[in-house]
Amino acid sequence: MIAEILIGICVAIGLIFNALGIIGILRFPDVYTRLHASTKATTFGTIFLGIAIIVYAVATYIGTADGQYLMLVVHTVIAIFALAITNAAGSHAIARAAHRSGQLPEPAVVDRLKEAGI
Amino acid sequence: MIPFLITAGVAFLFYLLLVVGSGNILFWSWEELVAGVILALGIGAISRKILCRNKNFRMINPVRLLLLLIYIPGPFFVELTKANLDVAYRVITGRIRPGIIRLKSGMKSDFALIMLAHSITLTPGTLSVDVDEKTNDLFIHVINIDEETQKKTALEAEEIFSYMDLPKWIRRIAE
Repeated sequence: MIAEILIGICVAIGLIFNALGIIGILRFPDVYTRLHASTKATTFGTIFLGIAIIVYAVATYIGTADGQYLMLVVHTVIAIFALAITNAAGSHAIARAAHRSGQLPEPAVVDRLKEAGI
Repeated sequence: MIPFLITAGVAFLFYLLLVVGSGNILFWSWEELVAGVILALGIGAISRKILCRNKNFRMINPVRLLLLLIYIPGPFFVELTKANLDVAYRVITGRIRPGIIRLKSGMKSDFALIMLAHSITLTPGTLSVDVDEKTNDLFIHVINIDEETQKKTALEAEEIFSYMDLPKWIRRIAE
């Protein structure tokens, strides 16, 4: 019962933040601000979806003592870590490639990278 | 020899994590344990030069690994939550003032710089764009720059995190 409420809350938070990430991609003006929305909001939302899976698996493991639910917990934790690391690395690569190919931030109040000329 | 053992050990631990809950010896069946040992030895032989490239084994220090495990759900997650509320606010209101600024990272090793860049990307309204490889300075895209920050030529790494001192944690973990 408590597990079901927790799962509901976690799924709701996860879906809200993933939806905000998508709205951000559509609303923001240039590639860098869009990356902000797509990286942070989706990582956070997906972490909460993962937590919902973990709560479900732990609750079922306590009820049945079946080893496969323990496996589900560990796999979800590994998936969350892999997602956080690859999401950050991927957005870093996209931002760097965009700046090198001449896609300057627009609008921007200051651009130290262009001034440094690297 | 030492790189081989470290790589094989890490590979074996990951194999054990992936097959947890398969049998009765603690959580594993003996078939999985045997398969894990064979695969780990093979992986250690093939990829020992990739994982331990610079002959510096400071990252197998258990204190550093423990701190890393505390760092991710602790201070890092606090900043991640704050960053997400901030981004949610900016998505809804559309109030942004973006720009790219220079950040003095002060990190000496590559691993620490990677950890800082990833932490910056996932935390407070900032995104790493490029790195100056001579000085280890990061160029970060900030979604909302205030007037003071705009005038400065470079920021210290401590100034962009508000609640937790993440650069100090990263220095303790990775340097």
